[in-house]
Amino acid sequence: MDKPGYFGQWGGAYIPEVLYETFRELKEVYTNAKADPAFWQEYLDLMGSYSCRPTPLTHADNLSRHFGGAQIFIKREDLNHTGAHKANNVMGQGLLVKRMGKTRVIAETGAGQHGVACATMAAKFGFACTIYMGEEDVHRQRPNVFWMEKLGATVVPVTTGSRTLKDAINEAFRDWVSNMDTTHYVMGTVCGPHPFPEMVAWFQSIIGQEARKQIIKVHGKLPARVYACVGGGSNAMGIFQGFLTDPEVELIGVEAGGKGLDTGQHAARLASQDASPGVAQGYKTMFLQDADGQMRDTHSVAAGLDYIGVSPLLTDLWEKDRVRFAAATDQEVMAALDLTIKKEGIIPALESTHAFVQAFKEAGELAPDQAIIINQSGRGDKDIFTIAHAFDDPSWKEFIRKKGEEYAAR
Amino acid sequence: MQLVEQLRAARTKKDILLMTHLVLGYPSFAVNREVIHQMVANGVDIIELQIPFSEPMADGPMIIKANQEAIANGTKVADCLAFAAEMAAQYDIPFLFMTYYNILFKYGVKKFLNKAREIGIRGFIVPDLPPEEGEEYLQLAREFDLAPIQIFAPTSTEERMRILARHGAGFIYCVARRGVTGSKTEFDASFDAYLARCRKATDLPLAVGFGISSRADVQILTGKADLAVIGTATIRLVEEKGPEAVGPFIAGLRG
Ligand SMILES: Cc1ncc(COP(=O)(O)O)c(C=O)c1O
Repeated sequence: MDKPGYFGQWGGAYIPEVLYETFRELKEVYTNAKADPAFWQEYLDLMGSYSCRPTPLTHADNLSRHFGGAQIFIKREDLNHTGAHKANNVMGQGLLVKRMGKTRVIAETGAGQHGVACATMAAKFGFACTIYMGEEDVHRQRPNVFWMEKLGATVVPVTTGSRTLKDAINEAFRDWVSNMDTTHYVMGTVCGPHPFPEMVAWFQSIIGQEARKQIIKVHGKLPARVYACVGGGSNAMGIFQGFLTDPEVELIGVEAGGKGLDTGQHAARLASQDASPGVAQGYKTMFLQDADGQMRDTHSVAAGLDYIGVSPLLTDLWEKDRVRFAAATDQEVMAALDLTIKKEGIIPALESTHAFVQAFKEAGELAPDQAIIINQSGRGDKDIFTIAHAFDDPSWKEFIRKKGEEYAAR
Repeated sequence: MQLVEQLRAARTKKDILLMTHLVLGYPSFAVNREVIHQMVANGVDIIELQIPFSEPMADGPMIIKANQEAIANGTKVADCLAFAAEMAAQYDIPFLFMTYYNILFKYGVKKFLNKAREIGIRGFIVPDLPPEEGEEYLQLAREFDLAPIQIFAPTSTEERMRILARHGAGFIYCVARRGVTGSKTEFDASFDAYLARCRKATDLPLAVGFGISSRADVQILTGKADLAVIGTATIRLVEEKGPEAVGPFIAGLRG
């Protein structure tokens, strides 16, 4: 038997003593909710009426024809309220916060999608909300910062460390150890101390439950392969859980290859040779770290994938050869994004586009009577500045320049 | 002599013991050396040497900065071990390592504890390693006669404190309040009640840390705790006034 909170040798709860009681309470509330069918029904009702569940499974017939192989299906998590799968987790944890009687929520965010989802949930449920976001991410995901603030959240730019997602997690913990009596930390992905990985995976399992039914309905059988991008791993675990017990379905996690795996400037924990076992941010997994155990700087064009660690659930599935890992570079992501927009009229988030890259590489290997699913974890609207910059778009630049002049003249 | 016996013996001669803290390699090992000299010369009873880690989750802004800059300056774990060996050989007082678990884990827990014992380190404070996750560490610490210092928090129940105390040795580190290192602590009636609960849960000496920065703070703790822990205050002092300010500061905390 594995120790509670362990998946194989990965996971655990490496928490400071001051949070021991807080975690005990959280585990209790989570365990009770899980055992209570009324809770899951309440969750489904909420996601059906407030978000857009079940999200559609779209047949990408133009892309399928383009690659001349498998039928490509896209699971549309971008059509969730707030534009990403993050809402699934956040609304679930919001219901737990109500049960705990807490009045304030805090969260880390990288791409800002989790932050926006959390601020939205806080607005709806009447909680105070503070979002920690690395300073670098504040700059590259500015539209989401604007919306979080409009939703009533306080956004704190984090200036310690590498100023990205891991540093935002550290700051959120520092807030929590001071304010745990009133505050719940809404961890945004399937990482961190037990019970977060398991609990967030539970809320995200709604993706896989739907996708399994949907693909059987439209395709008549299971897909050959399922692709998902992996930052912390929550959208991947979400969809993979629909197919974990079907050995004929191959599961592929796609990490951020950044500027290339041989440059060191990437965030590929399991697809590269650069990570090693470690314990940080409350859990044990494969981390991008040096020989002393100091975490390294990571790089990705997608803020939501730019992270040192990866879900203990996924590390276990990788070790057991159940999930295969690949990496997509920044450059490949831009090309796949362009193609998807032009062929299907769909704009995936930069994070999600990583999954598209690997699916596009492999679609041609399969026969037209086979299907693959790409989990489109989010929509790309938030990335408008990054994408416009990457495409060096002349009319966008002109627009920004004029706006700047307009504000400067006031 | 075991750490706990040594502290009890020291305590018979002083109303309260002082434990100080510094971050290795910040701002430099040369300054660390000077600061430790001043601390020992002015009667510090035990010193915590923090090996820097890139993700110091339980620390506040001042110590985060010290960790970050020490690493940016090129401080390696091997340098910290060599420096600690030098200090332990030079001074009679006990030295502890404080660090996060990944530093031990990556080095190899057994190899690290063995090395620590060899160079004369007496114990460890690892704030992100609860006993549930530290079976190997706790067992090896016992075997090597190193004190795995356990931490009590104001949120710990009495039952939890008794469990922690059973795993601990040397003394118990009582975190004075919620939050991270660095900011001020209010020593009010609820603090007294907390310390009374700590005292009830264990016979080990009690150290109180987090936000202790003045003679007045140390005076409040005298008679209630066995050790007062001075952390951020000396790091800030060195930053503002240089290492030579440490001696007079320490001398002024007691008596
Ligand atoms: C759209 C989108 N996809 C994916 C991710 C990565 O997170 P995870 O791996 O937990 O799904 C993020 C994180 O910010 C995101 O915003």
